[in-house]
Amino acid sequence: MARIRLEGLTKAFGPVVAVNDVNLSIEDGELLALLGPSGCGKSTILLMLAGIYRPTRGDIYFDDQRVNDVPPKGRGVGLVFQSYALYPHMTVFDNIAFPLRLRRAKREEIERRVREVARTAQIEELLARKPSQLSGGQQQRVALCRALVKEPELLLLDEPLSNLDARLRIETRTEIKRLQRELGITTILVTHDQIEALTMADRIAVMRSGVIEQLSKPQELYERPANLFVASFIGDPPMNLVRMEFRNDGGMPRLETAGLTIQLPPSARPQLERAEGREVVLGVRPEDLRFRTEPAPGLPVAQVFMLEPLGRDTLVDMRAGQQSIRALVPGSSEAKIGDTVYLQLEVEKLHVFDGVTGVRLDLGAGEQPALRVEAKGGA
Amino acid sequence: MSRRQKVALAVLMLPALAVVVAFYAVPAVMTAAMSFTDMDFRLRWNFVGFATFLRMAEDFLLPGILQNTIVYTFATLALFNVGLAVLLALATTFVPDRIGRVFQALWLLPRFTPPIVYGIIWMWILDPTGAGLLNSLVVAAGGRPVNWITDYPMAVIVLTNGIIGASFGMVIFYSAIKSIPRDYSWAALADGATWLQQVRYVTLPLIRWPLLFVTAYQTLSLLTSYEYILIITGGGPYFASTVWSLYAYNLAFGGYFANYEFGYGAALSIVLVVLGTVASIVYWRVFRFRDMMAEPKIEVM
Ligand SMILES: Nc1ncnc2c1ncn2[C@@H]1O[C@H](COP(=O)(O)OP(=O)(O)OP(=O)(O)O)[C@@H](O)[C@H]1O
Ligand SMILES: [Mg+2]
Repeated sequence: MARIRLEGLTKAFGPVVAVNDVNLSIEDGELLALLGPSGCGKSTILLMLAGIYRPTRGDIYFDDQRVNDVPPKGRGVGLVFQSYALYPHMTVFDNIAFPLRLRRAKREEIERRVREVARTAQIEELLARKPSQLSGGQQQRVALCRALVKEPELLLLDEPLSNLDARLRIETRTEIKRLQRELGITTILVTHDQIEALTMADRIAVMRSGVIEQLSKPQELYERPANLFVASFIGDPPMNLVRMEFRNDGGMPRLETAGLTIQLPPSARPQLERAEGREVVLGVRPEDLRFRTEPAPGLPVAQVFMLEPLGRDTLVDMRAGQQSIRALVPGSSEAKIGDTVYLQLEVEKLHVFDGVTGVRLDLGAGEQPALRVEAKGGA
Repeated sequence: MSRRQKVALAVLMLPALAVVVAFYAVPAVMTAAMSFTDMDFRLRWNFVGFATFLRMAEDFLLPGILQNTIVYTFATLALFNVGLAVLLALATTFVPDRIGRVFQALWLLPRFTPPIVYGIIWMWILDPTGAGLLNSLVVAAGGRPVNWITDYPMAVIVLTNGIIGASFGMVIFYSAIKSIPRDYSWAALADGATWLQQVRYVTLPLIRWPLLFVTAYQTLSLLTSYEYILIITGGGPYFASTVWSLYAYNLAFGGYFANYEFGYGAALSIVLVVLGTVASIVYWRVFRFRDMMAEPKIEVM
């Protein structure tokens, strides 16, 4: 097992910088997820860790040993591809045995270890088949076995679940997590599926355009997104984001936009001072947004525009002023299309970001949890 | 399909059918028929039963020619048309795309050159005097000029045909290798394979179909082609580099042998057709060609 450290890791393909100055360290036995949209450089990082790509700049350390110049076969890395890349001309057994054969392991040892890992992944009865005779889920297990059979220091999984159907994905998620725990193997999981990352990973690195935007525990990522990108990327349905102006005149910190004013606690002032007179972005997760149908003076007003029943919850589409806002309420909604509703906001559940840089601005909510919200004008 | 449509389709196919019949079926049948005659320059259809085939059994030149044919076909195939072609394809996929393309284009040039020009270039390269390209190098290195064509006729015909023949496989293997998803080579690398192991265990098995296609196709084409041999060695010295098809040609139309033995020549051609058919069946069986025909050409899941 190994601790992994990336220092200033950069990879450029001609003019395209796929990975840009990434610093990251992964603890022994940790499962870290690289999460980000397509083309953000996730696979490129994996391929550099596996030794297939050479970094343009920066260093990779396995247990404090610099491995930039170590070829793939010397790194002890198990790699599972999104396509699985099972050799179509070999049986499942030969596929799994391939890394051992290349090391010239003894016949009996190969036999024993292949069967062992196949038993763990419950694919023993498939060993004689060709990959083309397997289902997607079975192929995925074989690919995992091939990566695990050489007892790697580091396991790299590139979107291992994206070819599976929804139900199988949930099962396999648990399965991989269990295997990883049991073997205590340091693992990097690449995915663009936030649920996958949130459920499986110990920590998540959210990437965009070759840069890590935030590295933190799953819960924190959800509760305290470090910037606008992370805020909009994490969460489904996505966070409501409203561009507003921060005003502080008359000792009354507040956010304003056409038809909507939100008054903030005084504690928010020092944090937001820099943003005075500038645009900020207010974020509220749909599941954190509550509303009532009885009129309540002082609360922002909105009109129900559309209802989308999702089974367990209902997604309520609303218009407040010129803003479109969505709320996720449990069960079915008491409000009907066309109803006027009054929004209830909790200060701990509000996120404010700099309108220009997108960086999170703290409200200092801890000091004064109460938040008075004032509706001006109305819709 | 209605009757009308069927008739219409049949009519549409007639011109193509006519061409095939006129230029392929009729000559083939005529050649087969001719092999049972002793037709000569008088062009008389004088049927003599199996006499021409019996003559083959007594033709003291044939064993040597058969041996030449087998050596020529399989040496060219193994060393050049498949062997070198694979190496060239691997080499050109290994270097940057642009360089690979330029190199391939150069290697393809002889294909666009008229055979006679290609042959003459080789005759200059192999010229027995010190003026030949090869010999000028030998002389420069302090040696004495070698009479390449008379001393090594078989090597010469294998080499000259192989150099030009390798480009066919090179192009086919190159595109086959290029169309193998990168993930396979990466997986092999991550599994700990060296470059050679990757080629041996992953790349070659994945281009199995193109490999066998080129092998079978080039066997047939080598069995029946003789133009470069005719130009460069003329089949000589004496019969040292004469192959079956050239022998048949020389019997029928050949300059120095000029006895216009159309009947015997036709019989030899028929045997060649049988040889080619046997080779195809062997490939079919040994390499389970039929299985492969059913599979995608390049195996990708
Ligand atoms: N071999 C290459 N040559 C040139 N550009 C490349 C190469 N490989 C990747 N890129 C570019 O680098 C960027 C990152 O690619 P990468 O494959 O790492 O993305 P990714 O995050 O894995 O995306 P996905 O989720 O779609 O797999 C992309 O813009 C891609 O076009
Ligand atoms: Mg990728």
